[in-house]
Amino acid sequence: MPFATAPAPHVVAPSSVARVMRQVLYALVPTVVLHGVFFGPGLLIQIVLGVATALLCEAAALRLRGKPLPPFLLDGSAIITAVLLALCLPPLAPWWLVVSGVAFAILVAKHLFGGLGANPFNPAMVGYAVLLVSFPARLLQWLPPDVPGMQPTDLSAMETLTTILTGSPPARFTWDAITSPTPLDALRTDLALGMTMGEAHARALFSTFGGKGWEWINLATLAGGIWLLALKIIRWHIPVAMLGALFVCGSVMSAADPGAYAGPLFHLTSGASLLGAFFIATDPVSAATSDRGRLIYGAGIGVLTYVIRTWGGYPDGVAFAVLIMNLAVPLIDRYTIPRIYGHAR
Amino acid sequence: MLPALLTMIGLAAAAGVAAAFAARRSERDRNRLVEEIDALLPQTQCGRCTFAGCRPYAAALANGAADINQCPPGGHATAAALASLLGREAKPVDPRFGNVSTRPMVAWIDEGACIGCVKCIQACPVDAIVGASKFMHTVIAAHCTGCELCIPPCPVDCIVMRPAPT
Amino acid sequence: MARPGVRGGLRLNAHTERSTEHPLRPASPVESLVLPLDQHAGAAAVPLVKPGDRVLHGQPIAEPGGGISAWLHSPASGTVAAIEPRPAPHRMGAPTLSIVVANDKRDERYGAASPPRFEELSPQQLRDTIGRGGVVGLGGAVFPTATKLAGAADASGLRLLLNGAECEPYISCDDMLMRERARDIVFGARVLLHALAAQTCVIAIEDDTPQPAAALSAAIAEAHDDRIQLRLVATIYPAGGEKQLIATVFGVEVPTGGLPADVSTVCLNVGTVAAVAQWIRDARPLTSRIVTVTGDGVREQRNLDVPLGTPMAALIYDCGGYTGRMSRLIMGGSMMGQALPHDDLPVIKATNCIIAASPLDLQQRGPEMPCIRCGNCSAVCPAVLLPQQLHWYTQARDLQALETHGLLDCIECGCCDYVCPSQIPLAERFRDMKPALLEKLTADANADAARARFDARTARLDRIERERDAALAKKRQELTKKS
Repeated sequence: MPFATAPAPHVVAPSSVARVMRQVLYALVPTVVLHGVFFGPGLLIQIVLGVATALLCEAAALRLRGKPLPPFLLDGSAIITAVLLALCLPPLAPWWLVVSGVAFAILVAKHLFGGLGANPFNPAMVGYAVLLVSFPARLLQWLPPDVPGMQPTDLSAMETLTTILTGSPPARFTWDAITSPTPLDALRTDLALGMTMGEAHARALFSTFGGKGWEWINLATLAGGIWLLALKIIRWHIPVAMLGALFVCGSVMSAADPGAYAGPLFHLTSGASLLGAFFIATDPVSAATSDRGRLIYGAGIGVLTYVIRTWGGYPDGVAFAVLIMNLAVPLIDRYTIPRIYGHAR
Repeated sequence: MLPALLTMIGLAAAAGVAAAFAARRSERDRNRLVEEIDALLPQTQCGRCTFAGCRPYAAALANGAADINQCPPGGHATAAALASLLGREAKPVDPRFGNVSTRPMVAWIDEGACIGCVKCIQACPVDAIVGASKFMHTVIAAHCTGCELCIPPCPVDCIVMRPAPT
Repeated sequence: MARPGVRGGLRLNAHTERSTEHPLRPASPVESLVLPLDQHAGAAAVPLVKPGDRVLHGQPIAEPGGGISAWLHSPASGTVAAIEPRPAPHRMGAPTLSIVVANDKRDERYGAASPPRFEELSPQQLRDTIGRGGVVGLGGAVFPTATKLAGAADASGLRLLLNGAECEPYISCDDMLMRERARDIVFGARVLLHALAAQTCVIAIEDDTPQPAAALSAAIAEAHDDRIQLRLVATIYPAGGEKQLIATVFGVEVPTGGLPADVSTVCLNVGTVAAVAQWIRDARPLTSRIVTVTGDGVREQRNLDVPLGTPMAALIYDCGGYTGRMSRLIMGGSMMGQALPHDDLPVIKATNCIIAASPLDLQQRGPEMPCIRCGNCSAVCPAVLLPQQLHWYTQARDLQALETHGLLDCIECGCCDYVCPSQIPLAERFRDMKPALLEKLTADANADAARARFDARTARLDRIERERDAALAKKRQELTKKS
């Protein structure tokens, strides 16, 4: 009796790229929800615009490269790039900001280098870096969070939509009236003005750890990250190394001069630290390969983030830190090949 | 304006000098490079590259006196490996130096015609032919590198190339 | 001391509950037995009989060919029907020269004189005797046991490791052997300790089923031999891989390209050891083995004691036949077993398990996507490789990089394959790439030898020239002195 044959192994785990990406998206849901709670519906609109752009660009690029649309189009990687980039942009950013950033990320950072699995740089961070360098002022126009002590911006959902689509706020507001800096941005400006850390922290924007509202969003990100760790979608090396390095730098510097340097917990809970640690730096394609390599990679990102935040030209350094360490990955990989069983120590 | 200009020119000049120094190889580095190149060559010792063996070719490559596409026994794979090692443009083996064979060939002596003149034994660069004057000569196939240097000296043309036994 | 378990690896469902429910029974006798002459590692055996000869059960019918080889014995009494090429499972159904024995079902045994007590033989004599029993590694590698023992015999401080860590899903033949024939294993251990002049024997088994441990502990206690110990290892696939087991039990690693003998260890499957016992104690050479018949595609899942050469189709019939869900026939386990093109193939010494797999047993691969560099593969690799990089370099056919990253150290366990979200058939790719790498390494070794010969010749010619110049100079000197 004849049978069809196939090579071993005859059992494989029911896993797929789409499933991995889906889990990452689920893990981002708490962050998106809390972001909406504190900053209004702007983020959702940015996400919709971003995802639509991402899918369109992905389809166009796949066509041009002669690749089949399924399974690549809906494998989820483009959607994640769009969502991460949208999370980095101000909720009221004009539509062309997210569209151009996502388009650049997908077309240039991903497909020009070879598509899924071949990009040496994190696409979302490349898109963000391009926007930051080209439109720096736009990216600093955040909203005040909807917390006690702050004057929330009173825009309805419809008004948010029109602001994003037209690029200007409703007639009764000016940009200055409705925008507010992020905690990192505020801290940087105040320190440059000669305030001490204590004085800067006295602002209504800050609470015990980091910025009001921002703390909760970061906690939601942490929860999502822990969920991904539990499901073994990501491994612990990069997040622990990055947050650890950031914590150490923050502790050392703030112990040396508490008036001039923010404490470690502030750094961990503000800006894109946790989002970066669990969702951005852990992008497997552009990260280092071995466990030891990933520890070095994560630590490098943590240190560079601290350096850029404290002494560099931008309020948050995660994007550039990630991109610089992406550059270093081939070198890290070369020197961190693990010792194979049976090879000399 | 002038100080800035001078500073930039000075820095550029310093960087250029440092780069020139770094690019020069010390004697020990040069020897090590020759070793590394020689390790990539097939050790056929045939001379088709116009040098008297693999090591002279390796030395010439290290000095920039030869190109990477001169070794037919190594084939295109060796040319590519040499290009990668030396940072030069990869190119296939130049057919002017010989044909790249698809399977390894070894010499075979027709013992019926051999006259025991030892001319082929003297020609073989890797001592793969056993025999003595007026004694039968035979090629040790496992040791033959396929260089074909034994074929011209044979006065009775009794040596041919055959596919290597697997 | 020994690490707690294998590095990486997977926790897999063993699927052995049904096949271990029933006790062992012999397989029903069949009309015709097909014995491939090359069913062991090394050179094919050479027939001692010709078509038409009458043979008895246990009679030697083929002797070792040159080099590494093994004896072959008739598994039944009857007549040699033919010696001709027949499809063989270890050649994916391609024909190989086989002795076909027509079974007269009278099971008349080949009378041999009662064997001497093994303690009275010297280790060398005992090793030679073991060889004549046709014993080969029954864990699947079918390496001639006498050759393995001879190769290790000169090392000092040898330790014997008996591999009962049957880790691959679906296989339970060693499990049943340990439950029902623990005494054979312990006797065999004592024989081998004498054959190797060794003082330590560790029997390693997995910690998931209690019956084998209980049976072996009882047998060891009964033998009153404190050289033999039982050791439980964590139930992780592939804990039973020889290299992994040696690292777990003894805390040392077999050097790359080396053998367990290099770390003073001889590792044998418990089935091999039981076969040694049956030969040395009862004068019964290797003519049958325990085979697990399992899978949702066969009605009765159990282990049987099967004469070598039994057609697999007959074995399935013996177990109630196929169910309607039968889909794929696999010789071996679900992770490393070979899928067979049909069931008209004989049971050979390497057949530890036959899986009649249905879609319930098989977890098929999805469509292949590019590698997303997630690193799941390197997390589970028991050989501490980076399968991700090996895949990258396999696609580029970069043989130098494959050598550096240890392609030849891959044990083809399939763990990386199992966890890959991009569904890349990694084990298959690595298996296919190894011959190309071995060819390159052989070519490199030949080139090094040629370089050595060339350098020696150049030195010799230089020396001859220098000696000639010196002799001429000396002669010139003497001539000028005279005049």
